[in-house]
Amino acid sequence: MDTTLADPFDTLFRLQRELEARRDSDWLEDTTSGMGAFPPINVFQTGHDFVAIVELPGVNKADLELQAKENTIRISGKRSIDYGDKVSAHRRERVAGTFDRLITVPVEIDPDRIKAKFCDGVLTLFIPRAESDKPRAIKIN
Amino acid sequence: MAAGQELQVQEKRELQKKEESTVPARTFVPTTDIYESDQALTLVMEMPGVDKSNIDVGVENDVLTVAGRVDFSKYEKLQPVYTEYMIGHYRRSFSLSPSRIDQDEIRAETKDGVLTLTLPKAEQAKPRKITVG
Repeated sequence: MDTTLADPFDTLFRLQRELEARRDSDWLEDTTSGMGAFPPINVFQTGHDFVAIVELPGVNKADLELQAKENTIRISGKRSIDYGDKVSAHRRERVAGTFDRLITVPVEIDPDRIKAKFCDGVLTLFIPRAESDKPRAIKIN
Repeated sequence: MAAGQELQVQEKRELQKKEESTVPARTFVPTTDIYESDQALTLVMEMPGVDKSNIDVGVENDVLTVAGRVDFSKYEKLQPVYTEYMIGHYRRSFSLSPSRIDQDEIRAETKDGVLTLTLPKAEQAKPRKITVG
């Protein structure tokens, strides 16, 4: 990572460039119908482990379900929008509906130790790599 | 408003500004619903990842501007591996009709990354019943 620029305005720009660069990566296998499946997911690596960040604005925690098995993670739920009957809409851009996405992580993970946090409409999943999958240092005699 | 249909991905729309920005980062337009009741005009804007303290709502010259800043410090130790969506600050402006909205009474609240702005109508803008004599 380029550390010559300490300008805080530039760090967001750099992050955005790095995000853009990984757009065509096929690291994540999508077992549902292709790349357009909702919700969109960004996956990051920190050390040996992974962090998946998913934007789900307007979804109640109670309407969100997470399941993990082996190296797959399933994110499902619904977003409800209800403004009542006595209103007239001038603009409708938000969409209500259900979602159900199954993703396959290409490394061995420990599903029992996955931690999830949901705050301000953002779901953060801490996905620890399985101990058996971590590289081992080899001693040289 | 059917809750039965399957949600599709909506790509973030980038903000088109008349003035150039001095900052190179990209800014996005929050997905917004606007609806009206007898009492008020309500804006519902999706800004995931924006904390209440990072939202600025202001009215100037009858233009309502909403700006939401994303805290991206949590990304400092993270290396992107696979990405499907962009991250950035949010900004959107709407021009208000001065006689219709009571600009001093605008209320804002957020929940789950969604900002709800209630703009109460000025008294003269509320519908009146007209009795037919």
